[in-house]
Parts: sequence; C-alpha cells; structure tokens
Amino acid sequence: MAAHLKKRVYEEFTKVVQQQHEDLSTKKLRLTKPSKSAALHVDLCKATSPADALQYLLQFARKPVEVESVEGVVRILLEHYYKENDASVRLKIASLLGFLSKTAGFSPDCIMDDAINTLQNEKSHQVLAQLLDTLLVIGTKLPENPSVRMRLVEVACKHLTDSSHGVRNKCLQLIGCLGPVEKGVAKEAESQAAKDVQKIIGDHFNDQDPRVRTAAIKAMLQLHERGIKLQQAIYGQACKLLADDYEQVRSAAVQLIWVLSQLYPESIVPIPSSNEEIRLVDDAFGKICHMVSDGSWVVRVQAAKLLGSMQQVSSHFLEQTLDKKLMSDLRRKRTAHERAKELYSSGEFSSGRKWGDDAPKEEIDTGAVNLIESGACGAFVHGLEDEMYEVRIAAVEALCMLAQSSPSFAEKCLDFLVDMFNDEIEEVRLQSIHTMRKISNNITLREDQLDTVLAVLEDSSRDIREALHELLCCTNVSTKEGIHLALVELLKNLTKYPTDRESIWKCLKFLGSRHPTLVLPLVPELLSTHPFFDTPEPDMDDPAYIAVLVLIFNAAKSCPTMPALFSDHTFRHYAYLRDSLSHLVPPLRLPGRKLVSSAVSPSITPHEDPSQQFLHQSLERVYNFQHLDPRGIQELLEFTIRDLQRLGELQSELAGMADFTATYLQCQLLLIKALQEKLWNVAAPLYLKQNALASAAAKQILEETYKMEFMYSGVESRQVVIIHHMRLQAKALQLIVTARTTRGVEPLFGMCEKFLQEVDSFQRCFISELPHMQGSFVDKLLDLMPRLVTSKPSEVVKILQTTLRQSTFLHLPLPEQLHRATANIIEPTGESDNPLRFTSGLVVALDVDATLEHVQDPQGTVKVQVLYPDGQAQLIHPKPADFRNPGPGRHRLITQVYLSHTAWTEPCQIEVRLLLAYNSNRSKASTRIPKSTWSESLEALPPSENGIEGTIPFSKPVKVYIMPKPARR
Amino acid sequence: MPEIKVTPLGAGQDVGRSCILVSIAGKNVMLDCGMHMGYNDDRRFPDFSYITQNGRLTDFLDCVIISHFHLDHCGALPYFSEMVGYDGPIYMTHPTKAICPILLEDYRKITVDKKGETNFFTSQMIKDCMKKVVAVHLHQTVQVDEELEIKAYYAGHVLGAAMFQIKVGCESVVYTGDYNMTPDRHLGAAWIDKCRPDLLITESTYATTIRDSKRCRERDFLKKVHETVERGGKVLIPVFALGRAQELCILLETFWERMNLKAPIYFSTGLTEKANHYYKLFITWTNQKIRKTFVQRNMFEFKHIKAFDRAFADNPGPMVVFATPGMLHAGQSLQIFRKWAGNEKNMVIMPGYCVQGTVGHKILSGQRKLEMEGRQILEVKMQVEYMSFSAHADAKGIMQLIRQAEPSNVLLVHGEAKKMEFLKQKIEQEF
Repeated sequence: MAAHLKKRVYEEFTKVVQQQHEDLSTKKLRLTKPSKSAALHVDLCKATSPADALQYLLQFARKPVEVESVEGVVRILLEHYYKENDASVRLKIASLLGFLSKTAGFSPDCIMDDAINTLQNEKSHQVLAQLLDTLLVIGTKLPENPSVRMRLVEVACKHLTDSSHGVRNKCLQLIGCLGPVEKGVAKEAESQAAKDVQKIIGDHFNDQDPRVRTAAIKAMLQLHERGIKLQQAIYGQACKLLADDYEQVRSAAVQLIWVLSQLYPESIVPIPSSNEEIRLVDDAFGKICHMVSDGSWVVRVQAAKLLGSMQQVSSHFLEQTLDKKLMSDLRRKRTAHERAKELYSSGEFSSGRKWGDDAPKEEIDTGAVNLIESGACGAFVHGLEDEMYEVRIAAVEALCMLAQSSPSFAEKCLDFLVDMFNDEIEEVRLQSIHTMRKISNNITLREDQLDTVLAVLEDSSRDIREALHELLCCTNVSTKEGIHLALVELLKNLTKYPTDRESIWKCLKFLGSRHPTLVLPLVPELLSTHPFFDTPEPDMDDPAYIAVLVLIFNAAKSCPTMPALFSDHTFRHYAYLRDSLSHLVPPLRLPGRKLVSSAVSPSITPHEDPSQQFLHQSLERVYNFQHLDPRGIQELLEFTIRDLQRLGELQSELAGMADFTATYLQCQLLLIKALQEKLWNVAAPLYLKQNALASAAAKQILEETYKMEFMYSGVESRQVVIIHHMRLQAKALQLIVTARTTRGVEPLFGMCEKFLQEVDSFQRCFISELPHMQGSFVDKLLDLMPRLVTSKPSEVVKILQTTLRQSTFLHLPLPEQLHRATANIIEPTGESDNPLRFTSGLVVALDVDATLEHVQDPQGTVKVQVLYPDGQAQLIHPKPADFRNPGPGRHRLITQVYLSHTAWTEPCQIEVRLLLAYNSNRSKASTRIPKSTWSESLEALPPSENGIEGTIPFSKPVKVYIMPKPARR
Repeated sequence: MPEIKVTPLGAGQDVGRSCILVSIAGKNVMLDCGMHMGYNDDRRFPDFSYITQNGRLTDFLDCVIISHFHLDHCGALPYFSEMVGYDGPIYMTHPTKAICPILLEDYRKITVDKKGETNFFTSQMIKDCMKKVVAVHLHQTVQVDEELEIKAYYAGHVLGAAMFQIKVGCESVVYTGDYNMTPDRHLGAAWIDKCRPDLLITESTYATTIRDSKRCRERDFLKKVHETVERGGKVLIPVFALGRAQELCILLETFWERMNLKAPIYFSTGLTEKANHYYKLFITWTNQKIRKTFVQRNMFEFKHIKAFDRAFADNPGPMVVFATPGMLHAGQSLQIFRKWAGNEKNMVIMPGYCVQGTVGHKILSGQRKLEMEGRQILEVKMQVEYMSFSAHADAKGIMQLIRQAEPSNVLLVHGEAKKMEFLKQKIEQEF
C-alpha cells in the first residue's frame, strides 16, 4: 500500500512539473523575441573601444538567433559595419553575416546588395576575403537564382586582381562554387566578366602565389564536381603544374589531370620532342605514374591512389608500370622474379643459390639504358618500395583495382604482390593478402610463388593467418605438388596454432573441391593406404587427420573414382564426419554403401536442400493452425520450436533463419499462453497473485523482440513491421495486466495515453505495410481508434483485451539471408587457476580478444561487461580502433579492459562478456521517419545513457580469477 | 658569373679517403676527412700539405663538414685537427658525433696496439678533436659566419648520415656524402627539397648498376636462415660491427617475432654493444616503422638477440650467430667458422663484399678445401651463401636525387672513372 501511495505522489509531482515547463517556454519566447537585435544594438553603441565591441560580438555569436530576427540583426550589424574603423571588428561582423546567412529558413537575398556594397569601400584585405566568404555563403543558399549568382561571380572577378593572396583565393573559390553551369546562360547575361569562367580560373594557374595556384585548381575541380565539363585545353596547363615547387599545387594538379583523363580518355595529344601522338588517358597515366616518385609523400599517396581508377589505360602502358631493368656494371641482369620463373620453367626448383648465380649476363648498349623512366615505367615498382607505408598501401590498392579489370596485368603483378607478403608493417601485409584474394580468379599460382605465400602461414598474427586461409580458399593451384605443399604447410600451421582449426578446415574444404583432379593422385599417400598391408586406423579426433579427410571428401564430391581408393575405416569416418561436421563434409554418392548413400536420396538436386525444405514445411504447418483447438496450437508451436532449434544446431548456414523463426514462434506461444490464462475471467482481487505469469510473458516477449530486431543481420523492413507489431501486442498485454492489478483510474490515464501514442507512431512508421496486415491486432485496433481516443481507460483495456484475443497470427516472411550476431571470447580463456593479482585501488589491464560475426556497426554497438562477485557490473565501451575487419561479416575485437576493486580476502572470479547495445532511434525503421515521433514513444522506456537503450548479451560469459590485494603501507 | 672551385684531396675518382675542398664565393669548406683502407703509409690520409704550403689550416678553412661516421669519411679527422693543426669548427650530425669516436678509437687500437705503429694519433687526440665538433640537426640552418650557412638533409646509408647544403649569398653547393634512395629495415630514404644548387657533388659508387627490389633479397635471406634453423643447423653471419649488422639484426628479430621462432640468435660483442646503445637513442633518424612503434617497444632492444659467448659455439641445436669481422679473415667469425665448417647442416651467409685473399673470398669462389695456419686442411661442408646488402644509391637513385634537387651542375665523386663516364653521359642526356 505504501508503494501505491508513493507512486501516486510521484505521478502528481510530474504533472506539476509539466505545467510549469509549459508556462516557462511560452514566456521565454515572448521575452526573447524583440530583445535580440535591440540588445545587440545597445551593446555595440555602448562599446567604447574596438576590443569591447569585439567582446560583445563574440558573446553574441555564441547564442543562436531565431529565423525571424535574423534580418533585423543583419541590418544592425551592417550599420555598425559602416561606422566601424577597426578592421578586426569589421572582420568579425563580416564573418557573423556569413554565419547568420546560414540560418535555416532565412533567405539571404535581401542582404546581398548591402553585402556587395560593403565590398566597394573596403580597404583591408582580410575583411575583403571574409566578405567574399559571406557572399559565397549567400550564393550557395540561393541555388535557384542564376542572376544573383552571375552578379556574385562578376564581383569576384573584379577582385581577382587584388594584391592579397587571401582575397584572390576566396574569389577563385567563389567562382568555382557559383560559376554558371551552362555556357548558354552566361552568353545571355552578356556580361563580359563571366563569359568564360574556366578561362578566368585557368589564368590563375600561373599566379605567383602557390596558395592561389592551389585555389585555382581546386576551383576548377569544384566546377567539375558541379557537372561542368572542363575544357581539354587546360590539360596542357595542368601538366606544367605537375612540376610546381609546392606540394599542395602538385597534389591538386594530379587530381585535375586525373579528372581530365576521365573526361577525354580517347583524345589524342602530341608527345613533346617527337612527332608521335598518344591517347590522352595514356599520357595522363604516364604523368601520374611519374608522380609516384615525387619528393613529397602526400603527392605520392595521391598519385598511387588515382592510378587504381584509371582502367581505360592501354595494357601496354599498364604493364610498363611493373617494368624494371636491372644491370650491374653495365651488364644486363635478371631480376629475382625472372630467375625464379626460369628455374621453374626449366623444371628445376628450389636449388640453393650459388655465388654468382645472379652474375650479370650480356653487355648492355649504353645508349639503350633509360635511367629516368619516361612515363609509366616502373611506377609500381617504386610505389611498392616506398619508405612510407601509406604509399605502399595505396599502391597495393591501386594494383588490386587495375588487376581486377585486366587479367593479364593480374598475372604480371603477382610476383610483386607476393613480395609484399613480407612487408615490415602488418597492415601492408594484410592489405596485400586481401588484394590477392580479390584478384584470385584471374590467376594461378606457380609453385615457387605458392611456397612464398605459404611461408606466411607461420605468422604469429591471427589476422594474417586467417586472411591467408581465405586467400587459399579461392586460389588456383597448378600442380599436385602444390596441393601437397599447401596441405603440409596448413598442417604445420595447425600444430603451431591449434586455435586456427576451423579456419584451416574450411580452407581445405575449398581447396579440395576446387582441385579434385590434383588431389586424386595424392589420396593413397594422404590416407597412407598400402596395396597389400592394412595400416593402423588413424585417430578420429585428431584435427590433422580430420583436415586431411575434409580435403579428400570435398575432392571426391566431383571425382567419382576416388572412393575406390578409400579403406574401410575411411567410410566409417565419412559417416561420422558427415554427421558431426556437416558444413565441411559434402554428401557423397558412395557405391555399394547402402548405409551412407541412403542418407542422401539421389532424387534431390542440390538446389532443393532438404533442410531448407523442412524449414519451410514446418512454417507452413504453423501458419495453417487456425482451425486447430487451442491446446493443439500450443503443442504444435512447442514441437516446431524444438525442431527449429535442433535444425539450427545441425545446419550452420540455416542457423540464423531457424533461430529467428523459433524466437518469433516463441513469442507467439507466450502470447497465446498468457491470453489463455483462465484467470482472465476471474475477478480482479483473486487475480492479483497470479498475474505474475502474464506480466513475465509480456516482459519476455519485449526482450525477444529486441533481440529479433537488433541481433540479426539481414532483417528487412517486412520483418521489422512484424517484430514491432509483436512488441505492440506485448505492450497491450502489459497494459491489460497493469489495469487489472492496480486500483484507481488515475495511473491508467498516463499508460493508456502512451499506448495510444505508440499505436499512432506505429501507424505513421509503417503506413505502407498496413495493407498486408489484414485481420491483425493493429489492423483492428486502428479501426477502433476513434472510439479508443474518446473512451475511458477501463473501456480501452476491455477493448484491447478482446482485440488481442481475436487478432490473427501474422506470417513472418523470411528474408534471403539471415544471420545471428554471435561473439566468441578467445581470450581470456577462463581456464587459468592463477589469480590475477593487483593492489586494490589500482587498475589491472585484462586483454580481451574476441571474434564477432554478423555484427553490424560493431564500433557503436558492442560493449564489454564486467560482473564483479558483489553484483557490481561495469559496462566498457571499446575504442573504435580496437575493432578489425578481417573479412566480410566478421570482426575482431582486441581490447584491454581495466579492472579495479577494493581489497578482497581471497581470490574470486569475475565474469566478462560481450553485450550488444541497441537503441530504437538507430533502428532500421527510424531511417524512414522523422526522429521526433520516435522520441515520444521512447518515453515509456527507461532513460538511456548516451544513446544506449538496452543491451543484449550475445557471448558466453568467461570467468577470470582475480585477487585485489590490500595496499601495503 | 659565380666561381665555385672544387679540389678533391681524395675520393675524386676512387672510393676511400673522401676529402673535398670547395671554394665558394671566397669561403673555403672541407667536405669529409677520411682515410684509405688500402694503404698503410702516408697515402692513407689526404695530403693536407696542399693547403698548408700557403699557411695554417685554420686560416684557410672556414669549416669542415663530416657527412657520416664511416672511416673513409672521418678517419683522418684527429690527424688533421690535432697533428696537422686545425682549430676551426667541425660540423657533423648528432649520431655521427656519438659514434665516430668509437670507430676512431677502434681504428687507433688496431694500428697502434696490434700493428705497433708509432707516430699515430692518440686517444687524447681523438677526445680533443671531438671537442671541436659542432653537432647539427636535420634541416637546421647553421650560420657558420655572416655569409656562410650550412644545412643538413637526411641521407639514409647509415645512422646519422647526412647530405649538406653549403650556401654563400646566392651561390650554393650540395654535397651528398654517401646516400641511399631506397629505404631499408632500419633507415629511411634520402630526401632533399628542390633547393636548386649551383653544384651537386654526388657519390657514384653504383653508377652503372640498377638493383633489384630489396624485398626479394630479404626474403631469400630469411628463407635460407629459417630453413637451416628448422633442419637443426647453425647459421653464421660474418658482419662488420656497424651499419649492415643492425639492419640484419632488425630483419631477423622481426622475423623471429612474426614467425614465433625459438632458436637463439647471438651477436658477438665488442664494438657493437656501445653502438647499439646509440641506435636506441637516435630513433628519430631511423625509418617510419621503428619511429612509429618505439613507443611500445624500441626495435633495437632486441628480445631474441643475445650477447655471444665463445662457449656457446659448441652448444647443440640450431642457432644464428652474427660475428665480426665480416670477411672471415681473423677473429671470432673465423674461429666459429672453423668449428662449424665440417657439418653440411650448417650455413654461412656472407652479407657483403670480400677482399681477395680472405677466407671469405675463397669460400665464395667455391673453394671447398682451405689451408689454415699450421698446414691444417679444413674441409668446408657447410653451405655457403652470398647476399648483397648494400646501402648506396644505384644509378636510378642518383638520377632521382638529381631530379629532386634540380641542380644546374653535377659533379660525380666517390666512384670509378669509367662508370662515371657512363653516368655523366646519361645525366647530360636526360636533363
């Protein structure tokens, strides 16, 4: 009863607050409206010195100004501007003008004339530049008004002759942003200044100040971005700028050349100092390649990046980028790559190199050697050997993009990519492995290359090894020795790092299924079978043996002669593995083996996966249950949920789908159970005790719906509606339960109102989906809406109760792909018996290493939770940099968690686990609706801290033994 | 027309005894003051009488600049300043100033204590000489007097190596010293801005060579070491104490770290320990990777590389040993070589050039039976590998530097005349 009273008091209190708040806000509005400009005026008049005035202006700038009062404020500012003698104050006023013009909803055309007028008499260069900036803002706010823009451009052109670089800079920027898009318009206007914007800008390519040159190029790029076709004539000018002394000019020029090469790829340009002519894109490619050996690394990065996107370049030029002629004392020498290739083609492999093996061969004609590469020669050779890793990464990326579009280039760049596997910086190594994977369909690895690639398997970084496994999954190997080598190295990897097991098995699965004919001759050796003698049966649980079997079975899938080579125990092991590791071992047709072959009936084509069929069949069954009696429905649901859960365990690729549907059915089941409580008909006082079940069900459904919405990747809006609908039903249930358990009408008012608001926002969010929801709860509810709004809470509850019961069960359409977010904590392992000792009051860092799968935006959502034995729980937000992305859909969290506690008498375990934080504001539904509607509906939920509304635990907790010792005095 | 007069006192058209006199707008500057390895008489030092015949050195020279700590660039310094007599300023970078005296002292010890020469500079002279040194930072413009100013640029090659720009009024000269345009495991690449000097004096050791990518060489080296160690063999790498040794150490250290290897790596002590200390200190002079990661761990604080003790050579199991000297002609490296040569599982990797007559040269040219002192015959069964790790710019690198600096004239020094001829032709053709 006491609690009851308390609640009442609290609610009354909140009401009072609300009223006060309303009063305040209205008053505030009335008070502030006229004061803004007036107060500023008074302040500025009061100001005795420029410093004072500046102070006032600074204070003024901190507060926002309402749309209605902007114009007034601007007038006052202008007035003071004319009076003011001090340049710094004028500067501030000018910047304020620009700032105010940005105010949403304010149309600045009324102040434009004044702003232009101020320009005329201004002497200070800084103020001039600032005023031009203001004009730029005004111009960008009026995109629909070409005449205004023309005027502004004219003004800018007049000031282009200013002696200060700042003013010229701004003028060029303004012309770039506002220059006329179509030439025709400019001619109509017949203003000589704006006739040819490009020419005006182009004239400033030769400005004496490097900053102005940069601004001119940037303005040109701006024109391009706005959709103006740049003239080809500026290509020549731009090429000269590549030799500029200043890096920012060169950097911008490289961009400009790139833009032009994309615009006019096929035009013909002459080569200076000869009569030949080449395509513009080739010429530009050569020039950008040249910049890869620029003195400034910023330019080098830029150049290397841009190279990747020049796919129209002819293959002759492209292949030159990898070209490097070696010589020693003027005699031609072969590169290590060439030597390796020769050795390989001569059939001699991995000979120990002798002194003088690389001895120079033929004499070189001194005239034929070209030391400074003309054009594209060796650009990538330089880029990949650069001292800055940023350049190397950019070069690897560019290689990747070019190789994807040109198979012959892919073949050629292979040697260089393989070399990058030994870079000193891990990111570069990782990047080159990823690149190799992307181009792997175009290439076949030679044995010596494979050898180098496989050597990296011993790397101690898990990221690198996993990336390499992925690469091996899609590599083409040319010989059976290659396969053997790969297998041996992978097994070595397995013994050295046993945690890589899954990844290695997966890798071998693909390796086997891609190269069945190469595996075939290896089978007797791999299974160590002997034509006459029986060999001992290998241990079935040995991961290395399983790895070998995975390779063989996957190869056997498309190689029917292979099973003939198996020994008896191999068949037994197949049956076992097919069951236990079904995602790795494919179904095989084994002749004469009834036991095995019956598992897969031959009539089934691979397209109709039986498990997929099963999933759909069971769902069909459930959706048709309407005619069943309530008891039958419950049983059917229970069975189906159990089936689906089991299916999820067996078929990992269907796990997401099965779990998702099982959760949904579980919600439905809970709802049905709660509604079928016989107690609904019992008088309220008796019911008090037994409401627990229904309210618990409601709570659980709410939790499950959040899981469904946020834990699965691939959920589409169709599913989101259903989930939200289920949540609405749960909330209705909650309302009913509360209504029946609380006495008095007062508290119900609020709840009802909130619920109705939610129904309303649901309708607004999913208006397009409503037609699909015939006969559902919300459909009926919306029909009754006018009645609900006017009726009393008790009636609302009654209506809800009946609608909830009568409403039909909605079908959950399944998306194409659905994956559940999972997390697995690799470290700490939770097996240590030695407590982590530290002095109480100080902190100890615990290394946490976890893999996350199918988590969208892990940086924002994944949190680490630490539970202390005293029930204290801490939520830790890992840094965004702690997440790595080793492959699509996978993430890896490597972070440190700081622990601290007061002294304990003996060591105890704490729990560490990962949580998925969610917030309906960021949900998929909210992208389609204005935010305000959601924030209203959110009031029902507990107040959130920096955008986290709730959390879902999604990893197994790991126990860590710690011992905070008392500090010694 | 400005007149710049250049007089090479050494290393004009050969390698060793680098010493170049530059007269620019009335100022006289001496660039480097090295010794020659090949001679043991007066020819080992530059002939300073060229200057002294007209008066004292101090009166004639405005300053002396040392580009880096290799003895063929600084070996004659104590002789020059203390015995011939020079009291003016000597400029060098901080790492050079730190490491240079160690090498000079070592050089003195070998000549005086081992070979028993007299009339050589003493330890005290080295100390006095170093007192005249003014250390400079990279890109710091030092005003030597009102008119003469010098500025150092990064040159790669060895720790603390620098290129110097000498400027009087509007005339300027850039002297490169030795430099390297390709980065390696511990140093970055040489860099200079578009300073457009009137004259660029550049080394041209590899004027006629274009080298293969460093990565292939490194990979080969690592693969060989790794294979031998996995077989249970021992690897001997004879090195000189400074420079390449550190590069190879870093290379092996990171490889061990990456591949999680456990076999021990040893470094024969001596000079190296002192020098390593300075490598740890001058992190800013190293390459990007070391500079970026030293907050977590200084790469020169080796985890896997330990000091070598003579007794370790007989330990069973695989190991890698760096030992001095680099040509296997004496000392620890030769002792270890004799112990290990008989086993075909072992390997010796020569990371640099070997002079004719040394054991190193013999085994590299394929000799399998060696005659040691006392008429013993040593049969070499271990594998012998050669790997060139050199830190000079190749022809392309030289051209690249010329392109970066945009000089109006180029002077080639520190190389062979014939090779220079080729490069000269090329430079004329390209620019």
